[in-house]
Amino acid sequence: MTVKYAYYPGCSLEKNQRGYDASVREVFAALDQELIEIDDWNCCGATVYMSVKETVALAVSARNLALAEKMGLDIMAPCSSCFTVLSKTNRIMGSIPEMHKDVNEALAEGGLSYSGKTNVRHPLDILMNDVGLDAILQKVKRNLNGLKIAPYYGCQIVRPDKTFDDQENPMLMDRLFRKCGGEMVYYPMKVRCCGGMLMTTFEDTGLKLNRELLSCAQENGADVIVTTCPLCHFNLEAYQDKINSTFNTEFNIPILYFTQLLGIALGVPAKKLGFDALFIPVGQKVSSLTEVQYA
Amino acid sequence: MMTKSEADLRQIFLDQVDLIPAGERISRCIQCGTCTGSCPVSYAMDISPRQLLAMFRAGEMEQIMKSRTIWICASCYACTTRCPSGIKITDIIYALKRTAIEKNMESVAPQVQRLARLFTENLMSYGRLHEGTLIRKYYMKTNMLKFIDLIPLARKMWKTKRLQPFPKRIKEQKSLARIIRKAQEIEMRHTKETLEYAPDFVGYRGLGELKLEQRKGE
Repeated sequence: MTVKYAYYPGCSLEKNQRGYDASVREVFAALDQELIEIDDWNCCGATVYMSVKETVALAVSARNLALAEKMGLDIMAPCSSCFTVLSKTNRIMGSIPEMHKDVNEALAEGGLSYSGKTNVRHPLDILMNDVGLDAILQKVKRNLNGLKIAPYYGCQIVRPDKTFDDQENPMLMDRLFRKCGGEMVYYPMKVRCCGGMLMTTFEDTGLKLNRELLSCAQENGADVIVTTCPLCHFNLEAYQDKINSTFNTEFNIPILYFTQLLGIALGVPAKKLGFDALFIPVGQKVSSLTEVQYA
Repeated sequence: MMTKSEADLRQIFLDQVDLIPAGERISRCIQCGTCTGSCPVSYAMDISPRQLLAMFRAGEMEQIMKSRTIWICASCYACTTRCPSGIKITDIIYALKRTAIEKNMESVAPQVQRLARLFTENLMSYGRLHEGTLIRKYYMKTNMLKFIDLIPLARKMWKTKRLQPFPKRIKEQKSLARIIRKAQEIEMRHTKETLEYAPDFVGYRGLGELKLEQRKGE
């Protein structure tokens, strides 16, 4: 059965993380789920706006919730930061009536209002809980063939509130990829923070946090790290060179989005999954699964 | 007896705490240190999260605001999830950041405020974040050399078609800007109202009282 979702790509998926955007769209299409991009969505404000003005941060994020409410659909937000900010807006507006009133007063300036009905969903949640593992497995065409995977969930999809998976030891990606034939390595840092914007504001700290994430994956023999968040992806991938030169390490670990790996399992042609946007080549083991070589 | 500025700070902060769902739980801190132990960046803080709560109770607002701690928090919510008293520590740190920005306080990490301001400007003008503009302006104002450092990364992004050269405006950017201005106005309204209630006490008094007093006044 086709279910529709209001797709909220978020700023980083537009261009910088186009591989995530492409693979989300492909995976949902392969599983017969329809995505309708919210027309004229705006930036959710990320974790940054919350530090400046609360009412403004909420109003900015609520504009998107209001647009989705008009469509009558759940929002699907792949970026962990968008997911958390939009959920948080829902929660605050739902529990503090004064805030709800204030935000709606602001939204009215743009001819909008929000009653609080939009559910905010992450694609991992939708895939595992709406579509369901059985339905996914029926469409799986390629076995992941023992690929050693470190599942990195990051912090924002499981916290602050209990959402759709355990807060300390989420298992949805583990279950998904194990069933697809992957081997999940021991990865106790699966919800440890990557530092997010600290890579810009406190670089030393950001580099150290990401070195720890990489070395934990390497020590446990991972071929790839699979992530759900654009910021984690960027920190782990784009800064791997810098981490190597700073700490004298030799990491060369490909970082994939979970939708990219799932796309391979679903038999989506590799060139549609945005692998050409990766800085670190996926390596022999993943390439052999797709029968296409990536330099 | 608190100094005037301490009392003001405390009031602004308490107002902010009032706006956090379950914010008043700050009074339930048992000083167990689970927050500090869970924090991935506590090693780089000058005041640990546990100490921060103790200092708030003791009325040391100014010292808290001067700390590196509030700026280095990456808001991963590990402390909030694990706190046995259910204290919303991450949201409390957000409230402290907002207090510092509102009071325009000098900070040990001005770069965080700089980034936050540029981010909001970016959103105001385009409606979506344009990373290129944000990062360029940020490093131009904080550290030119770092900007040059980033050129190889920018080239890699260009080669993999991940760099958006120019910012794009959303269609309804003007209407979004109106929403933002209105929300700012509403926020200002609140600030003005509440400053009349500057308290002169420490400990946990004053928590949640603001709303009551306001209601009485209405």
